[in-house]
Amino acid sequence: MATDSIGNVELTDTTPADPTAFLIEPPRKRTKTTAGRRSRTNFEMLAWLFMRLSGIVLVFLVLGHLIIQLVLDGGVTKISFAFVAGRWASPFWQGWDLLMLWLAMLHGANGMRTVINDYAERANTRFWLKVLLVVATVFTVLLGTLVIFTFDPNIS
Amino acid sequence: MSTPTIDEANPHSAALDAAESGKVELITVTLRIRRFNPEEHPDAVWVDYQLTVDPKERVLDAINRVKWEQDGTLTYRRSCAHGVCGSDAMRINGKNRLACKTLIKDVNPEKPITIEAIKGMTVLKDLVVDMDPFFQAYRDVMPFLITKGNAPTRERIQSEEDVQRFEDTTKCILCAACTSSCPVFWNDGQYFGPAAIVNAHRFIFDSRDEGAEQRLEILNDREGVWRCRTTFNCTDACPRGIEVTKAIQEVKRALITRRY
Repeated sequence: MATDSIGNVELTDTTPADPTAFLIEPPRKRTKTTAGRRSRTNFEMLAWLFMRLSGIVLVFLVLGHLIIQLVLDGGVTKISFAFVAGRWASPFWQGWDLLMLWLAMLHGANGMRTVINDYAERANTRFWLKVLLVVATVFTVLLGTLVIFTFDPNIS
Repeated sequence: MSTPTIDEANPHSAALDAAESGKVELITVTLRIRRFNPEEHPDAVWVDYQLTVDPKERVLDAINRVKWEQDGTLTYRRSCAHGVCGSDAMRINGKNRLACKTLIKDVNPEKPITIEAIKGMTVLKDLVVDMDPFFQAYRDVMPFLITKGNAPTRERIQSEEDVQRFEDTTKCILCAACTSSCPVFWNDGQYFGPAAIVNAHRFIFDSRDEGAEQRLEILNDREGVWRCRTTFNCTDACPRGIEVTKAIQEVKRALITRRY
């Protein structure tokens, strides 16, 4: 005795001529030619390695940054224009911030790239999302680098 | 593993009594099966079937009873029915399993047992999916022995240690339970999927095989092992208990150590 949970499906004249017309194909299905379009580079491996290595370095850079900025020497209240100017007078802190900026931006951008690869189904969507991602990343990295190196403490 | 023995002091446990008396406690279960027939209707529907079964029977037995006694149009694959051929992988209560290796008592028969086709592949009818892309990925990793030079006159000798290196991945029965449980594969069928990588692993780490370099190069591809997010869905789903994620990680490690 079969009971239909959402009502009986009736055979009607709407039966399509082509029985495959209603099949739902999964996105980006593998075909015989998929393996032929092989990339000959190590880009994916290097990206994977970069995520692990930059992640380890970022743990120390970011935690160190947060502790210095928010906890030590009176915490967040000490941060002012003069504090930033004082830090960026030293090449060490310039280097620290530059490294943090580049690693965090590239780490995050690569993470977003994998998210796009995992979730965007149509080729066009994938392409334009990645273009947007690259533009945003390049802009932020260049702007940040510019500020770190051309920062003028005597700006009025 | 030791053979279970009857405790001498208490030879008649309740379970033993029940087994000896031959009494079977039947229960009523509801199978909630996701039916789909593209010739009839564009949408899949959940249909409930009630039947009385022995909870120690397998889910496949219940599905067979539905097909034989209630609705002959129910379509699914099964062949050996003993967990060897790998044709009856399906999503039972939201988890990929072999219907022939899953006992009804283990899938909470008090509630309706949901049964649907494995995900990420084109459903052709009811529980039958198009396996072509799955087997295409399998073919693409060249799952056969590759050697150079002349074949030895006798067998290819291998030490026990060398066998153990890849023994785990020889257990694959190509049921697609792992690949169709992978969230990366659900959204992107271009990814090789766990099963293809497992079968590449089986040859990459075989000391008799000389095609490891070619297979590693194939899996170094944009859609290869680097797309694995180590969510362990595949390891959970494997009915043979293969440590799938570990195998994928070993291929990744081999790729890295090969270069550096």
